[in-house]
Amino acid sequence: MKEFLFVYRNDFSALPNITKEEAQKNTKKWMDWMGSIAAQNKLSNKGNRLTTTGRVLRANNKVTDGPYSEIKESIGGYSIVKVDSYEEAVELAKGCPVLSLGGNVEIREIDQL
Amino acid sequence: MTKQQELIPHLFRTEYRKIVSVLYRHFGFDQIEIAEDIAGDTFLTAAESWGLKGIPQNPTAWLYHVAKNKAKNYLNRSSIYENKIIPELQKNDLSVYQKEIDLSPQNINNSQLQMMFAICHPSISEEAQIGLSLRILCGFGIEEIADAFLTNKETINKRLFRAKEKLREEKIKIELPSESEIDGRLEAVLRTIYLLFNEGYYSVSQNKTLRKDLCFDAMRLCSMLIENEFTNRPQVNALLSLMCFHASRFDARFDEKGEAILYDDQDTALWDSDLISKGGYFLNRSASGNKISKYHLEAAIAYWHTKKEDTNEKWENILQLYNQLLQIEYSPIAALNRTYALSKANSKEEAIIEAEKLNLNDNHFYFTLLGELYRGIDDNKAKQNFDKAFSLAKTQTDKQTIQKKIDSLLL
Repeated sequence: MKEFLFVYRNDFSALPNITKEEAQKNTKKWMDWMGSIAAQNKLSNKGNRLTTTGRVLRANNKVTDGPYSEIKESIGGYSIVKVDSYEEAVELAKGCPVLSLGGNVEIREIDQL
Repeated sequence: MTKQQELIPHLFRTEYRKIVSVLYRHFGFDQIEIAEDIAGDTFLTAAESWGLKGIPQNPTAWLYHVAKNKAKNYLNRSSIYENKIIPELQKNDLSVYQKEIDLSPQNINNSQLQMMFAICHPSISEEAQIGLSLRILCGFGIEEIADAFLTNKETINKRLFRAKEKLREEKIKIELPSESEIDGRLEAVLRTIYLLFNEGYYSVSQNKTLRKDLCFDAMRLCSMLIENEFTNRPQVNALLSLMCFHASRFDARFDEKGEAILYDDQDTALWDSDLISKGGYFLNRSASGNKISKYHLEAAIAYWHTKKEDTNEKWENILQLYNQLLQIEYSPIAALNRTYALSKANSKEEAIIEAEKLNLNDNHFYFTLLGELYRGIDDNKAKQNFDKAFSLAKTQTDKQTIQKKIDSLLL
C-alpha cells in the first residue's frame, strides 16, 4: 500500500459569491466524497483546508505575505489517501468536488522516509 | 424451588464480582486463585449454612462478613504471609496489608474500577480482556461464558488461565491510571465494554436471558465509570447513550419463536421509551469538551434510529455521521451502513455505484445490501445478489432473513 497526497487547487478569488444554501450543498459534496473514500478504506488522513492568508520566508529572513488567494491556482486544502498505484489514486480523485468548480487535484506519491 | 435456591445464584451474580474485586486488589494478581477460592468458598459456606439455619436477615452483609473472615484466616495461617508478604511489607507499601479487608460500597466501587483498568491493559489480548471481564467484573460462570462464545468450557478455562498468567507476568497493578494516561487507557476499557455489549446484542447464542444480561452488565460497567468523577468523561457518556439506544430495541428484535425481526418491521410499541430517554440524557451529557469520539458519532446515529419515520433530515444526518465515523475508524459494517444511508439520503442509483466500489466480496451483508439497492431497479440483479448473500451466510437466522428477501422479490 502506498500513500498519495491530494492537493486541491483553485482560483478562489474567481469563485462566484454563493448563497448559504449553495455553500451547504458544496459542503455536503465534500463530505460525501470524503466519506466515499473512507468507506473504501482508502483514506489515510482527511487532511485540512487552508486559510487564504500566508507567509513566505526566503533566505536572509525576508518574509513576504503570500498572495495565495490571488494567484490562479492557490492551494485550498489537502488529504492523504492509501492505494496501490497512481491509476487508483487518479480514479479516486475523479469525484473531487473541486473539479466542478474549475479547480484541479494534484496527486503526488509520498516517499516514506 | 425454595427461596434459598433462588437467592444464592442471584447473589452470586451480584456479589461475587464485588467480593472478588476487593480480594484481588488485596492479594494482587500473584495470588489470583486464592482470591477466587475465598470468594467461591464463601458462597459454598452460605449454601450449607443457610440450608441448615435459614437465610440470614441481611444475606449480603453475611457474605461480606464470611469473606472477610476467610481472607483473614488465610492470611494468618498461610506461610506465604510469613515468607512472601512480610518481606514485601518491609520494602513496600505497608498500608495495603495492614488494612482490614474493606467491603464498603466505596471500596467495592473503587476496586471494580481499578480492576477494569487492570484487565483492559494494553498488553492483554482483546479476547482475553472480554473473558476476564465476564468472569471477574460480571461474575459469569465458565459455562455461561462458553455459551456466550459458542464454545466449550475447556477452551474458556484455558483462555482465562493464559490471561491470568499474562497479568502476573506483566506485573500489572490493580490501580487507576494517572491523569495524563486516562484518555488512552479509557479507550481500551470502553472498547471492551462495547465488545461485551455487542457480544450480547449480536450473539448467535439462543439464550436470550444470558444475552440480555451481557448487555445490561456492559451498561452497568459503563455507569460505574460515569459515577466516578475521575473517569466521567464525555466519551464514556456517549458510549452509555449508545448502549441505551440500542438496548431500547432489545425486545422488539425477536418474535416469540426467537426469530430476528429487522428494524423496518419492528413494532415501535415494544421499544423501551425509558431507555430511549436515558440515551438522550447521556447523549446531552456527552456534549462537552472538544473531541468527537466514535462513540459520540455512533450514539448520534443510534439516536436518529429511535425515530422510525423516514425523513430526508434523518437520513442526511445519518449519512454525514457515518461519513465522519469512517474517517475516524474504518469498519466494513460502517461502510455498508453508510452506503445504505446514502441510498436513502441521495439516491439508490448513486448508492449502487458507491456500493460496487466497496468490494467486500466475502461479506454476506454486502450482497444483502446490493440486493436491497437493486430491488425495484433490476430485480434480476437483486435476486442474484441475495442468492450470493444466502450462500455466504453462516447462521440459520441470517439465511432465514435473506430467504425472506428472496421470497418477497418473487411476489
